[in-house]
Amino acid sequence: MDSRTAANATIQLRHLFWLLGGLALVAAPHTARLPWWLNLIATILFAWRIYLAWGERALPRTWLLTLLVVGGMVGVYLTYRTLFGRDSGVALLVLFLSLKLLELRHTRDALVLVLLTYFLALTNFFYSQTLPTAGLMLATTLVNTASLVNFAAPGRALQANLKTAGVLLAQAAPVMLILFFLFPRVQGPLWGLPQDAYSGITGLSNSMSPGAISRLSQSDAIAFRVRFQGAPPPRPQLYWRGPVFWNFDGRTWRPGDARPYGQIRFEASGKPYDYEVTLEPHNHNWLFALELAAKVPPNAGVSADYVLLSRTPVRNRMRYELRSYTNFTEGGANDADELRPGLQLPAGFNPRARRLAQQWAAGGASDVAIVQKALNYFREQGFVYTLEPPLLGRDSVDEFLFGSKRGFCEHYASSFVFLMRAAGLPARVVTGYQGGEINPVDQYMVVRQSDAHAWAEVWLKGRGWTRFDPTAAVSPVRVESGVAAAVPATDPLPLMARTTLAWLREVRYNWDALANKWNQLVLGYNPERQREFLSRMGMSEPGWENMALTLFWGVGGLLALLTAWLLRRMRSADPVQRLWLRFCAKLGKEGCARAAHEGPADFVARSAGRYPASAERIRAIGERYIALRYGVAADARLLAELRLLVREFGV
Amino acid sequence: MFEKILSRSQLYLAFFGPRKPEPGTIFLRQNRVYILPTRPGLAFALALGVMLIGSINYNLSLGYILTFLLASMGLVAILHTFRNLVHLHISPGRAEPVFAGKTAWFELFVENRSGYERSAIVLWREGKATQCDLAAARGATGSVPVAAERRGWLTPGRITLETRFPVGLLRAWSYIQPDMRCLVYPKPDDGMLPLPEPSGGVGEKRVASGGSDDFAGLRQYQVSDSPRHIHWKAAARGQGLQTKVFSGRAAAELWLDWSALPAHLDLESKLSRLTRWVLAADQEGLRYGLRLPGVELAPDAGEPQRLACLRELALYGL
Repeated sequence: MDSRTAANATIQLRHLFWLLGGLALVAAPHTARLPWWLNLIATILFAWRIYLAWGERALPRTWLLTLLVVGGMVGVYLTYRTLFGRDSGVALLVLFLSLKLLELRHTRDALVLVLLTYFLALTNFFYSQTLPTAGLMLATTLVNTASLVNFAAPGRALQANLKTAGVLLAQAAPVMLILFFLFPRVQGPLWGLPQDAYSGITGLSNSMSPGAISRLSQSDAIAFRVRFQGAPPPRPQLYWRGPVFWNFDGRTWRPGDARPYGQIRFEASGKPYDYEVTLEPHNHNWLFALELAAKVPPNAGVSADYVLLSRTPVRNRMRYELRSYTNFTEGGANDADELRPGLQLPAGFNPRARRLAQQWAAGGASDVAIVQKALNYFREQGFVYTLEPPLLGRDSVDEFLFGSKRGFCEHYASSFVFLMRAAGLPARVVTGYQGGEINPVDQYMVVRQSDAHAWAEVWLKGRGWTRFDPTAAVSPVRVESGVAAAVPATDPLPLMARTTLAWLREVRYNWDALANKWNQLVLGYNPERQREFLSRMGMSEPGWENMALTLFWGVGGLLALLTAWLLRRMRSADPVQRLWLRFCAKLGKEGCARAAHEGPADFVARSAGRYPASAERIRAIGERYIALRYGVAADARLLAELRLLVREFGV
Repeated sequence: MFEKILSRSQLYLAFFGPRKPEPGTIFLRQNRVYILPTRPGLAFALALGVMLIGSINYNLSLGYILTFLLASMGLVAILHTFRNLVHLHISPGRAEPVFAGKTAWFELFVENRSGYERSAIVLWREGKATQCDLAAARGATGSVPVAAERRGWLTPGRITLETRFPVGLLRAWSYIQPDMRCLVYPKPDDGMLPLPEPSGGVGEKRVASGGSDDFAGLRQYQVSDSPRHIHWKAAARGQGLQTKVFSGRAAAELWLDWSALPAHLDLESKLSRLTRWVLAADQEGLRYGLRLPGVELAPDAGEPQRLACLRELALYGL
């Protein structure tokens, strides 16, 4: 083999298949997200390459590949309307990788392919950073590293190469940990992210129309996790406040005008709850808090309607600490200007509801009495709480109140607020989550998308904005024990929300707790957590200079340890030879070095003559060495004697 | 690739340039094993840089982990690549004489006395390489080819030992100059001139060389052979014409004499001519002697005579 052209060496079939296997493993999770035509092309190219390799056929010409590249890029552009987004980037990478297969001739091409495969593994994390993804990508890293070993040592068995790759990665793991914890973290992004960087995230939206929340309720995804210091509040008090809606156009509720950041003014009674929320990314600014939060987390503000707003959209899992009071009286907003949006109603919609509300308000009934009448109406008129309400027409509130009488929380909240406004009471819709389930494994409270809820707030004289939940009037069970118990058994809920299989719940609790640990420790490791962690580890000023210095010494120290460990095995494998060399070195230090041509007997004779005082011991060593080295049988006793003699030898 | 740039500079020659050959077994100490990334290694580093930037930009914790794991793997691979080459023992082996213009093979015995295996050790010189794998506490023989251009002693010069194991992203190498040499005989010329006539004064005529003392064997028929010596029985069996050769005191003594060559030939051409004659005479089973200015080898036949003559021709005047 010519070594200058080692990079041009042809690839063995088994190594090619190994490489293709690694690539397939990395690309597999992407197939669900890529357009069907790209999956088809990639599969065909894959199969084609295997077919060509199997029959040792020639690879296709360059013009065909060029044609495919151009065609593929046009296809990606038509699908995504851009070439530079996150999704289109991944699509292009998959396209190029599968086309590169048809150019895979020499070791050099294969190495390029392995590097691209590593890169493709990283792109999987754009979409999922869960434990299973991490495990799969770790496995692919092992397989692809074994590919590197295959091409560096084509003569070895695949199994041996896989083992070498495993050893390399195992030894790399401690260094990786040091880098992970100490590499100075920068809060991204470094530059503007593509438009599609955060698509596909579920959660509450910034508008509410009939069906919005019932759709969300069918998702099992976790919205956030909460860890309470001390006992959590009882379930009926678990109202997690989210976006508040003021403007109603007859169908859809929207937030009011952009309100200045305000202060929270309320009189609290009862004991506060301290807790920490780990919020899943939802790509909006609001942060969820138990009603009513007494302080604002750093890097966040509060709107006049008491929605906590992060300064930047929540695009990564975020953790914040809060203190809330569940018993409170809101005292602010006595200003008529502030209350006016709470009375706005679209003209010409829902005349029957308006009439009903005006009836209640007539005769000088008190505010509280009006509210009570409305709640009684919901309670007594045979309303049904269901995830599958019928579709409503133009006058949605009228049709719901006097016709279908079947709805989910958004229907109740929406029509309740409509009625209140029609009766002359300022009211608004609040969305968020209600409830939460304590995971007995790690004591975190898990709040899921299926806990999404909508309720109402009415401004009462002297008491300010007061929460009323019309859903609770219809279906007290919803608030007491969750949506699964409240809706009819035939409604489509996530399987796990309703399951009565105890072991399945147990499995899910454990899995959730593990995933939570993973999120908290690994995925949530951001610049703040890094500073916090390093302070706890005893670094007095965790600035980037200190981190870099510690990083340098940490990695250097680890590598030095590893070197020492590796060198330990570098010694001669033959103990007799080792002892003899040690003996020679001892004499060499005295100035009686063994010449290269000198046999053991000659050397012993010469050095014994030179050091008459030690001659006896020198001869003893020589005899044993010669016996062990050239004698018939190896003798453990002789070796032990030689070891002792050499160890204690000195002139 | 670094080497390519460096090899033109004086500094490089000062460091890595030819040194004196080392006698005996060469031990690859730590300080004579160099290591640098290969071209794919540099591409790997570049890819890691892009991956790190991607991880920062998208806040991918797992991206950091993957990037750092691969970077650490690269660091650990430095140790492994280095370890794969260092502390090897290389002893010179045989180097069979060759004729000028052919390739000389220098045998090197690479010995791994350590307790772990060494894989994909490449020995190369001037673009020609051989690869060997060494199990723990085992050795292997590798042959390095060197083009033998001129007669005389040929040394292998600087041989490179290199390895890219285990990941191919790094290359560790070391230079050795083992103290070994290979004898290069002059290239036999391709002239058509036949062997000179045996010198009349000392022996009989060459035609009489087929005297009937002792039957020594058969050889291919040549035009000048006497019809009496043709092995007719074999010819009748369709085996072609063969001549019976006889040896013995009666066989002619042939002198391959420098002074008998045309004066217009230069030194190397004369040596080439004599070399061909030595080979031809040996093949014919003749007794021949060699006379060079200041050197005289008495007539004899057989392997030892051939080697002695070729050696004199190879080293003449050097």
